[in-house]
Amino acid sequence: MISCCSHAQYIYCTVDSEEETLNKGSEAVHGLHKSQTRVLPAFRRISAMATASPSPSLGPIESVIRSKLLSSLQPAALVIHNDSYQHRHHAPMRAQDGGSGETHFSLEIVSDEFKGKTTMQRHRMIYSLLSEELDQGLHSLSLKTKTRAEAGIDTAST
Amino acid sequence: MFRASLRSPIFSLRSSAAQSLIASRVIAARYLSQEARAQIQNAVESSPVVLFMKGTPDLPECGFSRAAVQVLDLHRVPPEKMKTYNVLADSELRSGIKEFSDWPTIPQLYVNGEFVGGCDILLGMHQSGELENLLVANNVIPKVEEETEVQAASA
Repeated sequence: MISCCSHAQYIYCTVDSEEETLNKGSEAVHGLHKSQTRVLPAFRRISAMATASPSPSLGPIESVIRSKLLSSLQPAALVIHNDSYQHRHHAPMRAQDGGSGETHFSLEIVSDEFKGKTTMQRHRMIYSLLSEELDQGLHSLSLKTKTRAEAGIDTAST
Repeated sequence: MFRASLRSPIFSLRSSAAQSLIASRVIAARYLSQEARAQIQNAVESSPVVLFMKGTPDLPECGFSRAAVQVLDLHRVPPEKMKTYNVLADSELRSGIKEFSDWPTIPQLYVNGEFVGGCDILLGMHQSGELENLLVANNVIPKVEEETEVQAASA
């Protein structure tokens, strides 16, 4: 399921990678195709989909990831994919009973906090923000980090 | 081909710790003994290219590790210049390398003893051409220009 919330200058989306829910979700996000839900510039508000609070079915780890990144990075765009379902067959995941369903995430973050930093520095920033979660159930984080300029987002508002 | 595994140091984690000892286990897992650190230091310097991965190049056990191996393969890194360590075969190495590199995920690539990054970074560098430059600069692979010159001469 895709839940979206627009707040101030950013839009973030969480995408559940399970195939069937992704398809359903993309219908609901007015006219945005699957590939377009990945990075959403701030000026494109999905006001019709705006909700005051995040979906109740989001797991605790995902909520923590979102709130930490929002407060530390003030991202122009933040997309969180929960890929755990794709990795549920791994031996370590099976040993944990399929895991918590919150083991593998991929994040796409657009933030000017990344300005002037190498990819490794950006990744280390995010890892240190999420170090507690990585010590616990969070197993894997795939990261795509861009500044607003790199993402092609105009700094001037339209 | 190029398989290697790091034998565990004398220092050992008490993996039988009960749930009530989770806190101390986390602390224990983060602690890297001098000996373990020295052993990992030797490992990262043991070969021009060192990859800590899950599984082996022939049988990767994780998509990210597999991608890392494939990228290095694409650049035709010669087997004699590359060593891989299977962290799944050694749980102390698995936690030790994370502490050593201050990097929480596997795979981890070292080139000439210097940490390059994980799968995402590797793929990004591959796409931008940075990886090839790095491998050439560290004498892991020959410069492409030389090869094309040779081809032109023989054609």
